[in-house]
Parts: sequence; C-alpha cells; structure tokens
Amino acid sequence: MSRTLTCRDFIEFLDAYLEEELPADEREVFESHLSICPWCVDYLASYRETIRLGKAAFTDPDGPPPADAPPELVRAILEALPARR
Amino acid sequence: MGLAFEDEKPFLDRLRQGDPIAYEKLVRSQAGRLLAVAQRILRSEEDARDAVQEAFLHAYEALEGFHGEARLSTWLHRIVVNAALMRLRSRRRRREEPLEPLLPCFREDGHRADPGPAWALPPEAHVEQRELMARVREALDRLPESYRTVLLLRDIEELDTEETALALGIKPDAVKTRLHRARQALRSLLDPHLREALT
Repeated sequence: MSRTLTCRDFIEFLDAYLEEELPADEREVFESHLSICPWCVDYLASYRETIRLGKAAFTDPDGPPPADAPPELVRAILEALPARR
Repeated sequence: MGLAFEDEKPFLDRLRQGDPIAYEKLVRSQAGRLLAVAQRILRSEEDARDAVQEAFLHAYEALEGFHGEARLSTWLHRIVVNAALMRLRSRRRRREEPLEPLLPCFREDGHRADPGPAWALPPEAHVEQRELMARVREALDRLPESYRTVLLLRDIEELDTEETALALGIKPDAVKTRLHRARQALRSLLDPHLREALT
C-alpha cells in the first residue's frame, strides 16, 4: 500500500480494514485517507450498514423462513431413516 | 446457533445407539431451522425440502463418525449447507448478469467527488423497517448466483473464509474477492432507496 491512497485503493482494502487484517502502518495510511475524504467516510458507513442489513434481513421475524418445519417434511425424514440402517 | 439439548453427550450417545425417540427429537427441533437455511441458498421450497431430507439422511449415516467435535447444531448446519450447495450445482446454470455496473466508479485519478446525503435508516420496529428488510432480500436475490451464495455463506450462515472455500470448491482468495464485490453490489442496489428516504 502506498503512503497516499486514492478512493479506488480505499475500496480495494475495505474488507481487510474491517476484518482488522491490515498491519498497523497500512491501517494508519487508510485512516489518514478517511480523515480527508468525505466520500470514503460515507462509503465505509454505508458498506458497514449493508453488511448489517444483509444479516438482519434474514433474522427479521417477518422474513420468509418458517419457524417450524412442515409436518409432512418431518414425517418424510423420519420414515426414510430406518430403511437406511 | 444453540440447540435445545442441555447436555449433548448423552443425547449424542442415544442418537448413535439408534434411539428413535432421540432422532425424532432431533428432527423436530432442527428441521425448521435447517429448512430456512436451505431455502436461503436454493430459493425454492421444494428443493430446500429435498436438501434437508438428504442432509438428515447423511447425518444419520455419519453419526458414528461424529464425536462432538462441534456442537450438534453446527454440524447439522454444515451438512445442510453442503446438501443445498450440491443441489444448487446440479441445477442448470442460469446466465448471470454482470456485476460490474454495480461496482463504484472513480475519476481517472482514482478519486471520487463529495458524497450525497448520508443513508437514512428507518427506526427499528417501524413499519418502514419491515419494508426495508423486504427490499434487502429482493436486492440479494438480484445478485448473480455465484456472488449471492458467497455473501450468504459468509455474512448470513457465518461460515469463515476457509469453510466457504471448501464448500464451494474455490480458493480462499476467490471467496474474499467475491464477498467484497457482492457487498459492494448489494450496497449499490440499496443506495437509491436509502437516500430517497431523506427526500
């Protein structure tokens, strides 16, 4: 990573930054870019929010996954098992 | 990802001994959750049911080799993910739309101009929050399958990079690249809706 970043570089290293995989000196370069670039500050915030929303969309109680398995599926699984052993 | 069995070891012993009551308890307690996992990956109720059934059969046969290295629920989760991915691979491949239009663009010097207004998120438990969750699911479904699957496995099913690579038969670096691109694309799809909320 060079000592100065472009927004394109910033995006490239975004996941490594969020996963805390960047060495200290590169993290410093990354954060100094953040201190001067409103676009990247905005992008980082919305990128983090995207990850959170992706997770939330599937834990939402109004979401599509059913809480209980359909009885006919349970029955089919149970009926199939003894024949296998 | 908890399981409703307080002490798994005796329960696992019963399962390995072929105790039908223990097995029924396992199926009844886990099938709904596993069906939801398979549905997320396959987007088809029928295929998801088949994958769950296959996963339980596989688990039943593999129980003797399972000695509680992971939690039973985690072990079952991995089995159903693999069963769903197998089924996904066996489907005829749909032509994928290119992802590039959903990635950010830069000026020639690699920079961007100032951003527009920040995202405005509706308050939790508000009706707009439910609409937003539906929008997020729709946006995820618009991602090309190979990107959607990586995002699902990493961000939602919470497999790590190595596990995802193994499940998909690709290299860990490819998982990282696809995940990053998938998140960027999902962000782009959500962007107009969340900025609109301000206006």
